[in-house]
Amino acid sequence: MIRFLVTSSIRRRLVFQLSIMAALLSIVFFVAVRSVAEQAAADTQDNILAASATSIADALYSERGQVRVELPYSALSMLGTISEDRVFYRIVADGETVTGYDDLAVPKADQGQRAALFVTEQYRGEEVRVVSIARAVSNGVRAADVRIVIAQTRRGLAQISSQITTNAMAVAIGFFLMATALSLLAAQSAVAPVKKLAESVTRRGPKDLRPVISKTPGELVPLVDALNNFMMRLRASLTRSEEFIAEAAHRVRTPLATVRTQAEVVHRQMEKPENRKALREMIRAVDESSRSAGQLLDHAMVTFRTDQLEQDEINLATLADETCDRLQPTAELKDIEIVRTFSKEPATIFGDRILMQNAVRNILDNAIKYSPAESVITVRVENSSDQAVLSVIDQGRGFGDADLGKLTSRFSRGSNVDDIVGSGLGLTIADEVMQAHGGQLHIEPNKEGVGACVMLIFDRSL
Amino acid sequence: MRNANIRSLFVGILLLLGLGSISYAFEIEEQKRYSGANAQQSLSILSTADIAVFEPIILAFQRANPTININYVTSGSTEVMKAIYKEQAQFDLVISSAMDLQTKLANDGFALDYSSEATNALPDWARWRNQVFGFTQEPAVMVISEASFEGLEVPRTRQELIETLRENPERFSGRVGTYDVRTSGLGYLFATQDSRNTESFWRLTEVMGRLDAQLYCCSGGMISDVASGKLALAYNVLGSYAASQIEGRDGLRIVPLDDFVGVMMRTAIIPVGANNPDAAGRFIDFLVRLGQHPELSESTGLPSIVDQPLPAGTVMRPIRLGPGLLVFLDQLRRETFVRSWASSIEQ
Repeated sequence: MIRFLVTSSIRRRLVFQLSIMAALLSIVFFVAVRSVAEQAAADTQDNILAASATSIADALYSERGQVRVELPYSALSMLGTISEDRVFYRIVADGETVTGYDDLAVPKADQGQRAALFVTEQYRGEEVRVVSIARAVSNGVRAADVRIVIAQTRRGLAQISSQITTNAMAVAIGFFLMATALSLLAAQSAVAPVKKLAESVTRRGPKDLRPVISKTPGELVPLVDALNNFMMRLRASLTRSEEFIAEAAHRVRTPLATVRTQAEVVHRQMEKPENRKALREMIRAVDESSRSAGQLLDHAMVTFRTDQLEQDEINLATLADETCDRLQPTAELKDIEIVRTFSKEPATIFGDRILMQNAVRNILDNAIKYSPAESVITVRVENSSDQAVLSVIDQGRGFGDADLGKLTSRFSRGSNVDDIVGSGLGLTIADEVMQAHGGQLHIEPNKEGVGACVMLIFDRSL
Repeated sequence: MRNANIRSLFVGILLLLGLGSISYAFEIEEQKRYSGANAQQSLSILSTADIAVFEPIILAFQRANPTININYVTSGSTEVMKAIYKEQAQFDLVISSAMDLQTKLANDGFALDYSSEATNALPDWARWRNQVFGFTQEPAVMVISEASFEGLEVPRTRQELIETLRENPERFSGRVGTYDVRTSGLGYLFATQDSRNTESFWRLTEVMGRLDAQLYCCSGGMISDVASGKLALAYNVLGSYAASQIEGRDGLRIVPLDDFVGVMMRTAIIPVGANNPDAAGRFIDFLVRLGQHPELSESTGLPSIVDQPLPAGTVMRPIRLGPGLLVFLDQLRRETFVRSWASSIEQ
């Protein structure tokens, strides 16, 4: 039970508890109404019996020393007004029956008691309500002790009682059903703000760590405050670690450049081939380290800038051209030819220029890195009415049968690149930039032979 | 034991007097058996209604229920009361014009409960405790011989009747008839209800006493004496009997007194000792649906229960079923009433 209360939904708990309360109240209501009404009905019968007995008492007189009575018509007819119950009566003077039913018992009363006395007993096979009143009637010599006893069966009372029970039951059930329906509504409206809050938090993008500002009821303010506080700390912590990475990468890259320059100077002065080879290895390692550090910096920058994206007008062809120019020297080292195929009309998109440069550079850099010497890389910009596409097609080893979705996650690399040093950040950077711009990164095998085709697709409809 | 002793004593006395039937101590007036076409059961009815009046109803019931033999016994209403109350006589159905006695039987536990679609359709005032069922509404009227009132205005109220009687003692002396309330249950009922309804009842009784009123046990005798000229008027006669008896006779007239007209219901109960309460129930159903057989009301002269409020300003004063009827059956009250009445009527 307790376990159920703890784990079940607030709404169900509310409805459950309110229903139990409603049921209890209904039962209390039923019992109260029934007992009050039955008491009232019983009192009514008692009152009529007492009135009847009193009217008979008023008709007592004494004749030649004998107590006599002229039974008033109303004394008995009034008993027939409410129900069709049997009526019995007996008038006793000093223990002798004056008139009435001889076998009707006279309830024992204290000496001198003048108030009406009520008892319930069995008479002639039925339960009867009996009233008894005492009067003193003077017969000239002394006062005779006269008792007037009237009994009435309780069939009418039973009928009234069963009718009251039925009505009270119906009202109590109606009350319970209504209360349950209302408690459903109440529970619904009580949890509505929680639901709203949950929806507004769920709807957020994965990187959205802004504070929740929607209005909430007082009870939820601490929760929202705690949530906002938590998100603020998370955001601060993320920012700090990105800053730390950027700082670390920057600090590493600058001395590496110095090391590389110095290493090249030494390389030129070296005579012995084994020394030159060792140095070339060293330069290559430094290059890779510097490149990785660059990519870490790029990634940190992408993370920063996607928060506040600038909307520059960018011509994809121009961007691609610039990037090709910049990487031309690296390509030439491996005798790789970069073929540029651009559409005639300008493929214009809106986005953050620096981020786009980063994305394109990382893809082209990847293509050069994984392409064999003396191969061709095609950079193509296509423009149609609904899409602008920038593709980079190489003749390298492709991505094999690796999971294309997984390639874009951080530090994940293809399964066929063990011999080449890499950070696994290139595609991640490109993918994040594309997501921030509402475009998509698409990877497929080269349709015209070996190699891979990486495409940046911008839907204009968005 | 005590009851049996009293009963055997009664039987002995009545046998000595050469009265009554062999089986019961109470006084039987008439008895008739009606055999059903293919009878399998029997229904014995104790009634205050004369065979001549009631026969069409019995025959119609038997046509509808040919499996029931009917034994119809009639007696006076006081005798009927005695038969059931004191002697526990074996009957399946008791029909009486004395509503007060029937009510007392039911109140004191001598009646069985019965309810059916037919009895539930009765208006509330026509049944009591699902034990007493009214099936006729019969007014108490005055019957006069027109010849005796020649030259006089026919009185329209009790007050006028008193004046007329007082002013013409020579004409009415010995020629006024009414019930002997000591022997007639119905007469006692009418008289006590009159005493409740009007102050002039006692003065009327006094005047009738001074005129040497003739006392009767039954409506029939009074009406035939008015017809023969022995009586000038009969007071508190059952209207239904009067209507059927004066039909085709000249010189008789029914006069309802306009200050009020007491209306009695003929009632039926099933006594506790009934052997065949089912057949009795069927007979009650037939009786309370008398309104559906207008030809029977026509031939018996018994008006059926009509469930509609009496028109405003009406003089009809129906006698209500209920414990009020027990008041005048109280032994002291009855004693006092009868004593007062007797001292007024016998001078």
